[in-house]
Amino acid sequence: MSIVWEMIFKRLGLGLLTLLVISVIIFSATELLPGDLAQAILGQSATPETVAAFRKELGLDLPAYQRYFNWLFGALQGDFGTSLANKRPIADLIATRLGNTLFLALYAAAIAVPLSLTLGILAALYRNSIFDRAANALALTSISFPEFFVAYILIFVLAQSGLFPSMTRMDPNTSLGEALYRAFLPALTLTLVVTAHMMRMTRAAIINLLASPYIEMARLKGINPMRVILKHALPNALAPIITVIALNLAYLITGVVVVEVVFVYPGLGQLMVDSVAKRDFPVVQAVALIFAAAYVLLNLTADVLSTLSNPRLIHRK
Amino acid sequence: MTILIKLLWIAVAIAVALAAGWLFRTAAIAVSRGGLRKALRTAPLTAAFGMLVILLYILVAIFAPVIAPFAEREVVGGQFLPWEAPYILGTDNLGRDMFTRLIYGARNTVGIAFMTTALAFAIGSILGLLAATVGGWMDQFLSRVVDILMAIPSLIFSLLLLTIFGTSVVTLILVIATIDSTRVFRLARSVAQDIVVMDYIEAAKLRGEGLWRLITREILPNAMAPLVAEFGLRFCFVFLMISALSFLGVGVQPPTADWGSMVRENAALITFGDVTPLLPAGAIALLTVAVNFVVDWMLHRASGLKE
Repeated sequence: MSIVWEMIFKRLGLGLLTLLVISVIIFSATELLPGDLAQAILGQSATPETVAAFRKELGLDLPAYQRYFNWLFGALQGDFGTSLANKRPIADLIATRLGNTLFLALYAAAIAVPLSLTLGILAALYRNSIFDRAANALALTSISFPEFFVAYILIFVLAQSGLFPSMTRMDPNTSLGEALYRAFLPALTLTLVVTAHMMRMTRAAIINLLASPYIEMARLKGINPMRVILKHALPNALAPIITVIALNLAYLITGVVVVEVVFVYPGLGQLMVDSVAKRDFPVVQAVALIFAAAYVLLNLTADVLSTLSNPRLIHRK
Repeated sequence: MTILIKLLWIAVAIAVALAAGWLFRTAAIAVSRGGLRKALRTAPLTAAFGMLVILLYILVAIFAPVIAPFAEREVVGGQFLPWEAPYILGTDNLGRDMFTRLIYGARNTVGIAFMTTALAFAIGSILGLLAATVGGWMDQFLSRVVDILMAIPSLIFSLLLLTIFGTSVVTLILVIATIDSTRVFRLARSVAQDIVVMDYIEAAKLRGEGLWRLITREILPNAMAPLVAEFGLRFCFVFLMISALSFLGVGVQPPTADWGSMVRENAALITFGDVTPLLPAGAIALLTVAVNFVVDWMLHRASGLKE
């Protein structure tokens, strides 16, 4: 068991290192501005005195590394500074929105993962049949659709008749059932976007294995095809499937941005897009850091899980 | 009942698309000769349909001013007019002709996406081939930089960079090309790594060929096939990404006719049961589907018809 822990700690260390470098990039991105932040926000017409005063207010008179460490330690304690647009603490802006975004991503994942695994296994079982071809063509088509196209089609088909709301209002005292109902369309959009990719990869991973000798053996023993796939092929296809699930969940994190804007869903993605339009740098940096952290964490989990699912990788000679 | 009618329409649309693909394939086989003709004979109907659509988009993009009934930015009538002559597809939120803007969108959106992909490929493949050929610290340095850049989700990273550099077409192209070149770098490097260990590269080095000549004359021609297929896939990603950014209001800026921003501008109509905002979104989807169909066929051919 100690080898496993060692591996997990190694990966975790590597992940933290990646995150640290990413935080440097996100922070130093504003240093690329011609002039500096104060100048960029106030514009060319500002007097030198106002710029100097504003610079002091933002703490820009400190050297860059000192500002970076202040920012990083603040962020670690949940303090991301204040928004430039409305002077409110960023932590307050983020708190409820982070929960909403996580709820939406988990909701979509809860539908998409079982659905795509089932479809992928069925497509592998009935490969080259009409079902497989139709599922494949449909998957290829839906991979090529922009998220907002899928979202608006769903609004057009399902929200028009008043079946589901086309705008998602969320407040803290909404009951779970009500929240699930209101967030159904955004979650369905995300599901449709990621299911296709996961299904194709599941199918490919299983079909790759079906040519191996031990599957041939199982078949010759007379085991029924469903059992061959579930008991013999699936455990060995787990590593690539876990990787692709984690990658798609990571994709959900960013796909959420467009979907949140379409459905006016009060999440992090919408906050980020609004802040980009207002050039509210501290908010954009904070949200970017959160998204990047979630992305790195999911990739890390995928890495660890796919290693764990393969004994040969753990007990390497 | 209405669902049945809708399904019927979808079936009719698919049948028409496949028939168009078949006609196009027949015509293409008739006018081409040699290896191309042989390849076209094996093309599935989906790929033929894809090629037809790509060709149509290129023609529309080139001849946009000839086909379009109005000027790109001209306000021609009231806002949100219905689909009646002379406005075939009605007017948009500012009273500009929807049909005209759809046609110019082919030029702007596809043109910008194509330039971005080309730039991403130039940067990514040159650096990737360089890293594989030179090796050592250069390879280590470039690979680690790319690893870090790829660890940040691309949409989030581009939003961050666009906040800083502001939103104009030039910054949009540069930002997306830089982010996407990391993916090209990975592929180019791994393809080239298999090539640099070949004997003929050794021979070329002994012959005293310089680095540039080695890359462009010896390695690049042999790495071309996977790179071309990747170009199609990358184009789809870039195209969808630029459309998403434009849809979010931080990509191509008005008054330029662009499909992503057109969806955003006219989105209000959808809640009234009007399909007009779906048209530019559909135009994006149709092109990506078409490119994917063609790339799928090319990959299948390149893989030596496995399965």
